[in-house]
Amino acid sequence: MEKQELIEQLKLQIIEQLNLEDIEPSDIGNDEPLFGDGLGLDSIDALELIVLLEKEYGIKVEDPKEGKKIFVSVTTLADFIIANKK
Amino acid sequence: MINSVYINGLGAISPQETFSADSFLKNIIDYNQKYLEIIPPVYKEYIDPKALRRMSKIVRMGVASGFMALKQANIEIPDAINTGTGLGCQADTEKFLQTMIDNDETLLNPSSFIQSTHNTIGGQIALAIGCNNYNMAYVHRTFSFETALLDSMMMITEGTAKNVLVGGVDEITEESYYIRAKIGHLKNEAEQSSNILNSKTIGALCGEGAAFAVVSDSKTETSYCKIDGVSMFYKPVDTLEIAAKITSFLQEHNLTPQDIDFVISGFNGDIEYDGIYRMINEKIFEHSGLGMYKNLCGEYDTSSAFATWMAANILKFKEIPSEIIIKKPLNKVKRVLIYNQFHNVNHSIILMSEC
Amino acid sequence: MQRRVLITGLGTISSIGMNIEETLDSLLNKRSGIKKSKNLQSVHKDDFVFGEIPLTLSELKDMLNIPQHEAYSRTSLLAMLAAKEAVDNAGISDINKYRTGFLSASTVGGMDRSELYYSDFLTNDTQNKYIDSHHCGDHTEKVADLLGIKDFTSTISTACSSSINTIMFGARLIKLGILDRVIAGGVDSLSKFTLNGFNTLMILDREHCRPFDETRSGLNLGEGAGYVVLEADDIIEKEGKTAICELKGYANANDAFHQTASSPTGEGAFLAMTKALKLSGLNKDDISYINVHGTGTGNNDLSEGIAMKRVFGENIPPFSSTKGYTGHTLGAAGSIETIFGALAIKHNTIFPNLNFVNTIEEIGIRPETDIITNREIKNVLSNSFGFGGNNSTLIISKI
Repeated sequence: MEKQELIEQLKLQIIEQLNLEDIEPSDIGNDEPLFGDGLGLDSIDALELIVLLEKEYGIKVEDPKEGKKIFVSVTTLADFIIANKK
Repeated sequence: MINSVYINGLGAISPQETFSADSFLKNIIDYNQKYLEIIPPVYKEYIDPKALRRMSKIVRMGVASGFMALKQANIEIPDAINTGTGLGCQADTEKFLQTMIDNDETLLNPSSFIQSTHNTIGGQIALAIGCNNYNMAYVHRTFSFETALLDSMMMITEGTAKNVLVGGVDEITEESYYIRAKIGHLKNEAEQSSNILNSKTIGALCGEGAAFAVVSDSKTETSYCKIDGVSMFYKPVDTLEIAAKITSFLQEHNLTPQDIDFVISGFNGDIEYDGIYRMINEKIFEHSGLGMYKNLCGEYDTSSAFATWMAANILKFKEIPSEIIIKKPLNKVKRVLIYNQFHNVNHSIILMSEC
Repeated sequence: MQRRVLITGLGTISSIGMNIEETLDSLLNKRSGIKKSKNLQSVHKDDFVFGEIPLTLSELKDMLNIPQHEAYSRTSLLAMLAAKEAVDNAGISDINKYRTGFLSASTVGGMDRSELYYSDFLTNDTQNKYIDSHHCGDHTEKVADLLGIKDFTSTISTACSSSINTIMFGARLIKLGILDRVIAGGVDSLSKFTLNGFNTLMILDREHCRPFDETRSGLNLGEGAGYVVLEADDIIEKEGKTAICELKGYANANDAFHQTASSPTGEGAFLAMTKALKLSGLNKDDISYINVHGTGTGNNDLSEGIAMKRVFGENIPPFSSTKGYTGHTLGAAGSIETIFGALAIKHNTIFPNLNFVNTIEEIGIRPETDIITNREIKNVLSNSFGFGGNNSTLIISKI
């Protein structure tokens, strides 16, 4: 899968996993921060995204602190998946 | 002795149109369903969408009705938030349980676990308004709302609070309905809600809802009425004991049963237990009017919060919807007693009067 | 003259003891109850260590002479054992001689059975008898019936601070003259539901928990029950009894920061401790020992430590988390730890914070790591915090 395709897929999966009512994939910028000012996600969402990674991509994140680096933006998330997918 | 408190704001979400403050039960809906579900308001008008996305039905209706009550009472930050819920966040609990079983304890959502705790509703209200004050959740069947109310009245009596947000909330899910219907707690088949007094089957007509009130130490221009007392009694041996408990409760308030203009009883269509209300009515309340409320909201552990909402409106608007009257009161309604019980185990009474 | 509320009886069961005597012995001998689970039916059973009571459901029923076919959750059975001990310990023979209430707490009630039979509930009728033991009030009524309580019974559930809140509510019921005596506390049994729940939050330590240690990485789950008997001073005088200690202060406050996490300023904890101190009429220097909430999670211990520094400044009284002994017993933690506080007063002893080595750099405070027996313990402050920002503090004092 191309990275761009993966990014689009991730946006849909994030919206579904986090139940982001009223948000369209196009509302999420590829490099926009997911936490804090950007999409405004919080630590519970980070845990939900860890579940998403395992469920959809078979990647296990053992330390929640790792999530901070992985979930900076959809692009960093896609890069992490490409690097770690078996 | 506990001081009387004033109800200065109300919010209710129920199977009826109850969230408009301007009218009181103008168009009562008659249902023919296995269980009665709430009519949701537009939640976004009450709750921040960021918080809303994680909330299950019970949290939404609890938080929204809490906000309605605060707004009506013009209170931004209450001195305490006390919530009653019999079964708590069932949808989240079931979701987590079912996923745990289906996925063999893997790939579980933290959100549903987090939101499954019984104090989620009170906690979410506190979080949304930044309320650092006392926050409690009572979870004991049909004592849940009553204990939350008692705690609130105690705080006002102690002088530790002036305005307390207190409410009761329970939700029904398809699964929990099915499970409790099969052990006879709830009706297995749909029945006409207006006809529960004539039901020939066991089990209650099931419902759900949320009702919150701001109770305060003083009267304001938004005051509905007073709550003068609440009492619970556990496993009375017979109806004589129930009658004695009610009479002595009234005595503590310098009242006799004749002083009660209207008794709102918890008739729920269960032929096994509804007779208790009739017997108590015949024994001590032959001079009082008799009404019901579960034909409007169905049976759930904290339905007495709905009854409190209803009684407050009756005392304020001085009108009783004909749909809830079993026996017409002889006098103008100045004093109401709510009497509810679950399976002759958990009995509770709430005394209210005009102000 | 306002009524005073005294503690006259204690009862507990947990992984470190079946009763008060065994519990005290474990505390004094630094014997932790945390180990691999024997009874828990979970795929994660061997991934973690637990403060488990080494008895099966059927063994617990035998101890209470309950026929095996009767539907009791593990939660109910643990509560019954501990509450019975508390009442006996208080020397109460006629429970209804005075207006007596029973208040209990639990986070998940009869979940230990519901989670095993949930599929049965939905598909067949074999386990129907357990359906109504699910709700949190069920265990409360089982205990009330065992003790013969008629006057008042209710249940609180505010996540991990649940049981400390029953003691507070009980005290207020007595002070206002609504009741004369209250048996108050809480219970939780180990369940897959909570194990998986805390696992999704990634705050379970696979090793023994290390509260207030720089290297801490989560909590260990435990189970247990703890109840105290609260009595009004006038009743105690009438009965010619002696009390163990006095309940002087209590408060609940809300952190209003996040559904699960504690705030970086420890606001809720700060408010609970401050308000409880104020009610007790004591100065902060009067506190001889703090039994902290101290779960061993990164977030709790840091936030609680910051709150303690805000309240006590640089002179924080000796403190320890006893969760290295019992694990986090959730809805039972607050009352079990109040009992530890009462034992600290009775025996002039501070129980150590097990598994502590390295000070948390950010706050630089050290819990007690050894048993201290050479000083008088006059006033104990006990913290209990839960999800939903629920923070409570109790203060008990030597009479």
